[in-house]
Amino acid sequence: MTPKRALLLALLLALALAPFYLSGYNLILVGRFLALAVVAIGISLIWGTTGILSLGQGLFFGLGAYALAMHLKLVSTPAGELPDFMVYNGVEALPWWWAPFANPAFALAAVLLLPALAAAALGWLMFRRRITGVYVSLITQALVLAFATLLIGSQGVTSGTNGITDYKTFLGLELRGPGFVNGLYWLTLAVVVGAYVGVKLLLKSHFGKLLVAIRDGENRVRFLGYDPAAYKIAAFAVGGLLAGVSGALFAVHVGTISPAMVGVIPSIEFVVWVALGGRESLGGAVLGIVAGNLIKDRVSSAYPEMWLYVMGLLFVLVVLGMPRGLAGWVKPWLERLSLPRRAAPPARVSGPERGEA
Amino acid sequence: MGPVAGTPTPRSPMNPVFVGEQLFNGFSIASILLLAAVGLALSFGLMRVINMAHGEMLMVAGYLTYLSSLWVPGPAYLLLAFPLAFAGTALLGALLEVSMIRRLYGRPLDTLLATWGVSLILQQAGRSLFGPTGVPVTAPAWLSGALQVWGLTIPHTRLFVIAVALAVLGGLAYLLTRTRFGMHVRAVNQGREVAQTLGVNTRQVDLLVFALGSGLAGIAGVALALLSPINPTVGQSYIVNAFLVVILGGIGSIAGTALSAAALGFFTAFTESITSVSLAKVLVLVLVVAFLQFRPRGFISARSRALEEAA
Repeated sequence: MTPKRALLLALLLALALAPFYLSGYNLILVGRFLALAVVAIGISLIWGTTGILSLGQGLFFGLGAYALAMHLKLVSTPAGELPDFMVYNGVEALPWWWAPFANPAFALAAVLLLPALAAAALGWLMFRRRITGVYVSLITQALVLAFATLLIGSQGVTSGTNGITDYKTFLGLELRGPGFVNGLYWLTLAVVVGAYVGVKLLLKSHFGKLLVAIRDGENRVRFLGYDPAAYKIAAFAVGGLLAGVSGALFAVHVGTISPAMVGVIPSIEFVVWVALGGRESLGGAVLGIVAGNLIKDRVSSAYPEMWLYVMGLLFVLVVLGMPRGLAGWVKPWLERLSLPRRAAPPARVSGPERGEA
Repeated sequence: MGPVAGTPTPRSPMNPVFVGEQLFNGFSIASILLLAAVGLALSFGLMRVINMAHGEMLMVAGYLTYLSSLWVPGPAYLLLAFPLAFAGTALLGALLEVSMIRRLYGRPLDTLLATWGVSLILQQAGRSLFGPTGVPVTAPAWLSGALQVWGLTIPHTRLFVIAVALAVLGGLAYLLTRTRFGMHVRAVNQGREVAQTLGVNTRQVDLLVFALGSGLAGIAGVALALLSPINPTVGQSYIVNAFLVVILGGIGSIAGTALSAAALGFFTAFTESITSVSLAKVLVLVLVVAFLQFRPRGFISARSRALEEAA
């Protein structure tokens, strides 16, 4: 077992046992930030591996979150009545596109498919036209701004700035009921592990190798006869899917979802935490977003005025001093630990064919 | 950026007063977009640097305008505000270039993150120094009236902002096409290595262009302060649209930037007049993305046979 794997397993064990030693509030916080780790894994895939910097992951995050929140709102509303915010806004009938979300299977399918399809469509529009680099970043940022503006503007059907809030049950389970906090925590951890393993397998495959090749030399990949756009669209769709799942989990954790959680600023924060942890490392991305948000929670509640200074300075220093994030900084150290073992039995390694494997 | 105050007019394309109002609104919005974007167009075009702190340069300049209106009583404060804001933001830009941007050339996505950090710091500084709510800057008396033509009510401040935008555009055109410095800028823009071999100090050109771009944001900040109160997040509300203007116009072309600011200004004014303000914003953003499908490099783009853009 390499030191890296041992470290990961120890971390996983520590996280899995967290409900037994963390106090209620801290457990809720860690669970909430683990929900965000799913979007971070997606960002690591599309940015760290494929080289697409999306500043609009909040769009897909929001689609997943709102899809589930609409369902939760409908099942928490007594039969035959309209959701409360619609009544306040003078909406008289449930809009047709709200109705199917009453069905849990439809809502869960929407959580998975809506963000993935939206990401695929946007990717198709951009990558087929060979829009790359900063253009992609700025376009996705503009779209997430449009999304948040639309959510705020159509108050009658989205509840505007207040967001969709105050839901009570999910699949018949009572939210905030006994055992729910722990259950939700373990569910979230399972999703994070699933996303981590899934993306890891993806990266090991031929597909994953091509994504790295596209990042490092898109035109060379094209000259080898591949269509980079197809691979980028697929990676972007996976990133969108993970963002949507993350959003849905986050909405259940927080108990509300509003435009302020899916807009321009959260979208860029996701990216920055991933950069801090190490964009090229899935584990780094997860650690970055969980630890970063925990620090944010502590500092911003203790010193509200200082927080933006701390965070701003952190960005600058990380980008200037640690372009590969914390993971890039720790990695050589971990490798040095495992080096002696690899080099130990030299006698049996013979013949060039071994070295080339 | 709502409709110009005045008597309510029937919203009909047959009503000349309504159409005139929207045309003027279009000009007004375009002038603000142009002022906010032209500095970005310069630095982004030349250095491929994404300066997310550009919006905060507007904010800094807005606060400097506010300060000069406190220091200099009477209408003369604008005479102080323009040079002060320009110099202040240009200096800030130069400082940013030397301390940070210079180390990040060729990593445009990283400049984006680092300058976002700078923008957070500047926002919080604004909040700590001036409070979270907006500080109002009263326009001097000679700007507070309104012009009545053909049944239209045109506030002087908006005319003034349009004049400032045109002056900036003219000054920049002169600088870029008629001076030695401008020649160097264009040379670096077209071929950095070649310009370098011919003896242009490209690092110095970069520094000056970045400072100039920031200074132009300073001018924009003064104009904004006349139109609306300045608060710590004022920069955030302009930065995304300013970048859209630059992308839509085409990288490295000031004429393209002016054209796209005008196009976006008129489109915004007309959609705002027939739909709601928020829907108009969404339509504008979506339209720009859709337009890039047909011309991924914007309105005006330099032709190049290079396979990959030099970073």
